[in-house]
Amino acid sequence: MCGIIGVIDRTMSRMDGSSIKEALSLMDERGSGEGAGYVAYGIYPDYADCYAIHVFFDNLLEPKTEVDCILQKWGRIVHQEEIPTYEQPGLKKEHIPWRYFFKPYTDLMVGTTNPDDDNVKHLVMTVNSTVEGALIFSSGINLGVFKASGWPEDVANFYRIEDYKGYIWLAHNRYPTNTSGWWGGAHPFNLLDWSVVHNGEITSYGTNRRYVESNGYDCTMSTDTEVVAYLFDLLGRRHGLPSETVVTALAPPFWDVIDEMPEKKEEFLRTLRLTYGPALMNGPFAIVVATKDGIVGFTDRIKLRPLVVGENGSRLYISSEEAAIRTMDPEVETIYMPRAGEPVIGRVTE
Amino acid sequence: MSLGSVPLKYKISIDRDQCMKCMRCVDNCSYGVYRIEDDKILIDSRKCTACHRCISMCPRDAINLQEKPVDYRSHPLWTAEAREDVINQARTGKIILAGMGNARDYPIIFDRLVLDACQVTNPSIDPLREPMELRTYIGKKPAKLEFTKNNGDVELKTKLAPNLKLDTPIMIGHMSYGAISLNAQLSLAKAVAKTGTFMGTGEGGMHESIYPYQNHTIVQIASGRFGVDINYLERGAAIEIKVGQGAKPGIGGHLPGEKVCSDVSCTRMIPLGSDAISPAPHHDIYSIEDLAQLVRSLKEATNWEKPVFVKIAAVHNVAAIAAGIARSDADAVVVDGFKGGTGAAPKVFRDNVGIPIEAAIAAVDEKLNEQGIRNKVSLIASGGIRNSADITKSIALGADAVYIGTASLIALGCRVCGNCYRGLCPWGIATQKQELVDRIDPEIGSENVANLINAWTLEISELMGAAGLNSIESLRGNRERLRGYMLDQGLLDVLKIESVGA
Ligand code: SF4
Ligand code: SF4
Repeated sequence: MCGIIGVIDRTMSRMDGSSIKEALSLMDERGSGEGAGYVAYGIYPDYADCYAIHVFFDNLLEPKTEVDCILQKWGRIVHQEEIPTYEQPGLKKEHIPWRYFFKPYTDLMVGTTNPDDDNVKHLVMTVNSTVEGALIFSSGINLGVFKASGWPEDVANFYRIEDYKGYIWLAHNRYPTNTSGWWGGAHPFNLLDWSVVHNGEITSYGTNRRYVESNGYDCTMSTDTEVVAYLFDLLGRRHGLPSETVVTALAPPFWDVIDEMPEKKEEFLRTLRLTYGPALMNGPFAIVVATKDGIVGFTDRIKLRPLVVGENGSRLYISSEEAAIRTMDPEVETIYMPRAGEPVIGRVTE
Repeated sequence: MSLGSVPLKYKISIDRDQCMKCMRCVDNCSYGVYRIEDDKILIDSRKCTACHRCISMCPRDAINLQEKPVDYRSHPLWTAEAREDVINQARTGKIILAGMGNARDYPIIFDRLVLDACQVTNPSIDPLREPMELRTYIGKKPAKLEFTKNNGDVELKTKLAPNLKLDTPIMIGHMSYGAISLNAQLSLAKAVAKTGTFMGTGEGGMHESIYPYQNHTIVQIASGRFGVDINYLERGAAIEIKVGQGAKPGIGGHLPGEKVCSDVSCTRMIPLGSDAISPAPHHDIYSIEDLAQLVRSLKEATNWEKPVFVKIAAVHNVAAIAAGIARSDADAVVVDGFKGGTGAAPKVFRDNVGIPIEAAIAAVDEKLNEQGIRNKVSLIASGGIRNSADITKSIALGADAVYIGTASLIALGCRVCGNCYRGLCPWGIATQKQELVDRIDPEIGSENVANLINAWTLEISELMGAAGLNSIESLRGNRERLRGYMLDQGLLDVLKIESVGA
């Protein structure tokens, strides 16, 4: 189960969160009231060059003091505040959502090609694996994840999602099966610029997890989706693969298909598959991943979960259900279903 | 003889009403259990090894074999075996030899691991309808892909090191010509060619009749360097340096002179009838640097076109050793567990030295992964792998592929009687006596071995499908799909798996 929906406006014109809330609520049948969430890109123009670090605190004493300390060691806190929330009858506030606008000290990370990102990645891992009572669930520039345990509309109202305006939105309605419904386990999962919503289960989780862990990521959220964000960060950011190549590594064509390809392509895909075998994902899934300049949606290699694409002018929609897309945009023009493993990409046109 | 003799192990009897005196038992028993006197078949049960050749050849099912109940005073410490070993050694003053694998009653870890299967939310995959990918590449893999981007186009810079392409993760381990017969080796070679996989030649060189299958062989180099020359190296699809063997870690190999017939002597490049001894240490390897040098020289000699494997026995610090090997330019580490078979080993080694393959593979995989070099080498598990479940579990614990040995011989008739070192194998496997060797028809033998590999491959596909996996990459090191049943916490920690129910 689980319902996912994503939208990008390729011209980067910003949409508020009201229509995606409505679309996600339409898929209530795909959830169980145990988790929903939203992510939007471009929502913090006032702090456009800061990392927006969203944290769930259990209380504002010890965990927050510790996090403040870690952040101040690795950079400068430009501004911080509690994320405004509005009490909802159907939603129990279990954590205090907090946000920091943060600028890392670049010179603290040496020998890497993206010191700022590596710095922030490092502190996300450190906080999440060592500070009890604190969880960083969003750490990108000019973007933010808003999630909680509850129904989509309650979560949206809790954060007043319609007050935010972004050029990319992803949303997720959760029906947890593997792990309990807790705030950290709700989607989207995020690391730096990467945000992931996922419908399905990853049966290769053990292999994928072991692979990202050997590359310096700590899996702390006890759910399979977490690895997708890390795989994208590893392959996309650190190894520099283009998004479609990352998708191909994660859901590659079958060998029979690869064997039949022209020599150069065959060699490319064989090399890719051999190199990134441990990143290959198995099991039923439909995934949408966003980064600051685009979104990509794809399913597992035999398409065990639904995925529908809609287009209208500069807008591209990807969702579990056509109805959700039509709710968001009744004028949507093209609707189609991508083939298994085939990436659907929407890029901003600058 | 003051000590007298130890009691016989097996008791053979013939149902005289059934017997039609066809004499097949007499002809088939190479250990001389049966003889004819005055038209009567006499039985000397003392000579029986329970090889089952007579039973399987008897057209009347007239032969009955029973393990003889112990007739010593029962004693929990001084078992019959312990006493008999003492008696035999008191008599001979020698090391006790034994064939085949560890015969002690150690718990089998494989049997305490259970695999996962999908239920509601995560559909299992039906291998009859959906593609199931078991293709495995053995060799170095790059840590990351290097490429150049020119206006949107991605141009590959990474060149893969040579890898072996396997259609199934099952290979046949090294059993040399000498240890086994030519017909046995030929059967295995034909079988791997049929099933798209590889076999090891063992340390005995490569006989001419294997040449047609050379693209499916891995040539081995042990300390004795038997049969090794540049042609040999060039014939193999890969080269393996044998440092240790699971059945006898820390000691070398010994092929008795009686087995060195003219063909074996040619193939091994040693004099006829001479003992072929490969000592434990390679006299050019006394450190990891020496090993690295040998790996590189072999690559240099073969134009860097062939993967080089290093085989070690599973011992206590196997993970650290494997990590060293991984850094040596080797393309694969073969880890051979202490249930591995052998033609001949001192019994005290076979039964007491080494560690089980399950723990060894998990530890090696974990260490390499921790150090971020797991992709640098392939990992091959061997030693006591009995069925497709053992293979699936080995891969989930971190192996890329497995070597099977004993199982492939059983497919040729072997009944694990454990008498290989005597050179009288009635099934024509561990022998060089032509009349016995002729008992194997390589065509039929290869059919049986290929059937076994195919059957196991199907079973692995089914197990993967049940776990919701359609490519073997996703099974490798996937500890999530395994749980330990009645294993202690210490072992669960080494295996890095959770307990059932968790
Ligand atoms: S093989 Fe069977 S039937 Fe033939 S002689 Fe022996 S016991 Fe009798
Ligand atoms: S190979 Fe022959 S001698 Fe060795 S155990 Fe098997 S049947 Fe017995």
